[in-house]
Amino acid sequence: MPSLGPDMEAGTLVEWLVKPGDWVKRGDVVAVVETQKGAIEIEIFQAGQVEQILVNLHSKVPVGTPLARIRAEGGGALGTPAAAPSIPLSVPPLVAPPSLPLVAPRAASGVRASPAARRLAEERGIHLSTVTGSGPAGAIIYADVERVGETGAPSEKKRALWLDLAAMRTAIATAMARSKREIPHYYLQHQVDVTACEQWLSQKNATLPPDRRLLIAALAIKAVALATRRFPAFNGFYRDNKYEPAPTVHVGVAIAIRGGGLAAPALHDADQLSVDDLMSRMRDLVQRTRSGRIRSSEISDPTITVSNLGERGVETLYGIIYPPQVAIVGFGKTMVRPWVIDGAIGPRPVVDITLSGDHRVSDGHAGALFLAEIGKLLQEPEKL
Amino acid sequence: MSYIDIRKVLQEELNNIAPEVDIAGIDPAANLREVMDIDSMDFLNFITAIHHRLGIDIPEIDYPKLATLDGAVAYLGTKLESSKM
Repeated sequence: MPSLGPDMEAGTLVEWLVKPGDWVKRGDVVAVVETQKGAIEIEIFQAGQVEQILVNLHSKVPVGTPLARIRAEGGGALGTPAAAPSIPLSVPPLVAPPSLPLVAPRAASGVRASPAARRLAEERGIHLSTVTGSGPAGAIIYADVERVGETGAPSEKKRALWLDLAAMRTAIATAMARSKREIPHYYLQHQVDVTACEQWLSQKNATLPPDRRLLIAALAIKAVALATRRFPAFNGFYRDNKYEPAPTVHVGVAIAIRGGGLAAPALHDADQLSVDDLMSRMRDLVQRTRSGRIRSSEISDPTITVSNLGERGVETLYGIIYPPQVAIVGFGKTMVRPWVIDGAIGPRPVVDITLSGDHRVSDGHAGALFLAEIGKLLQEPEKL
Repeated sequence: MSYIDIRKVLQEELNNIAPEVDIAGIDPAANLREVMDIDSMDFLNFITAIHHRLGIDIPEIDYPKLATLDGAVAYLGTKLESSKM
């Protein structure tokens, strides 16, 4: 049972996606674990054949408990203990736990229920339409289905809801308090004319069906990812009193969740993806995050975070670094401003880009060059 | 072609995005993105869903015409009519 947050002590195994005899490869989703905070898909970190399932469905086990036994590829020794998804126990705290209950996926019937609740209902032959949901927006969560057939305990319902919301807020508080306590932040701000981005996007999107259209956020993430190549002091982890630059760029994408949640799961290898691929991965990531299906690696992997306010809200955002990362880049709402172009004033779409940097690792000088690089990259969107 | 209740389709898709909002209680002349707290990604998913369900092309330049429920019903109604001819 992997640790998926600083305050996680145990998790409930709610779904096995593999059975003994199945072959698995690194990155396969093998199980779903439900914690107080939500359902998380557990990926495997080694290739091999599933030999034995060690934890039964609906068992709640402490962090560190082996979940399954995997025979290594190539027919290595049997009984290698515990190839439970070997996620390090020092996974960084969640800014926000993946939020199963806040937005649960919808059934064909229109009933809203979490994946775990849905499966339990199937197993027990319970019609979801007969279950009262206690999650936000009336979503049905695991405990609701479990409760069907039991008598009494109406107060349980309220408690489950309260626990979920409190756990989410606690996780945010834990990570952010640690950040404010340990990380000496500095902040920089840069105004960037995004006319080129808007023109390029509108031309490109005019030729595309809606499911392939791009948002400016995809350009922003790609520009940040590329800029870190020249400025490695903003992409990595500060751990045990030293900075380790990351060899890969996994951009944590801050995603707001309806009802007041926030998560920043990783968009893997963002610097390597074409803008089109990045966009479709981002759509998938947002959709899964909002429906409570984040993968374990997406929680632990981000090497830098990007927070984008989008088309609404306000013009500037000052981010708080998500430890053990060392930088967060914020994009405000695009504002049409008076701008000087070739000596004359004209209206231009302008975005405030901010950097919150870690002074233990970098200084404002390097931070300024990093932000300027992002702005420069956004002037040539076709090259992103 | 069978009659399509555009308003109902729109309400269903909006409900998918914001299940906690009482769609029936929304002022049809209000800005949907403001009153329902719909971000760029949600809105793109909304357009995508409408495109798939009604088979209507909705260019990005027309997005402002779908800002309100009434506006969207009128815009899509016209598009649907002209696509039949």
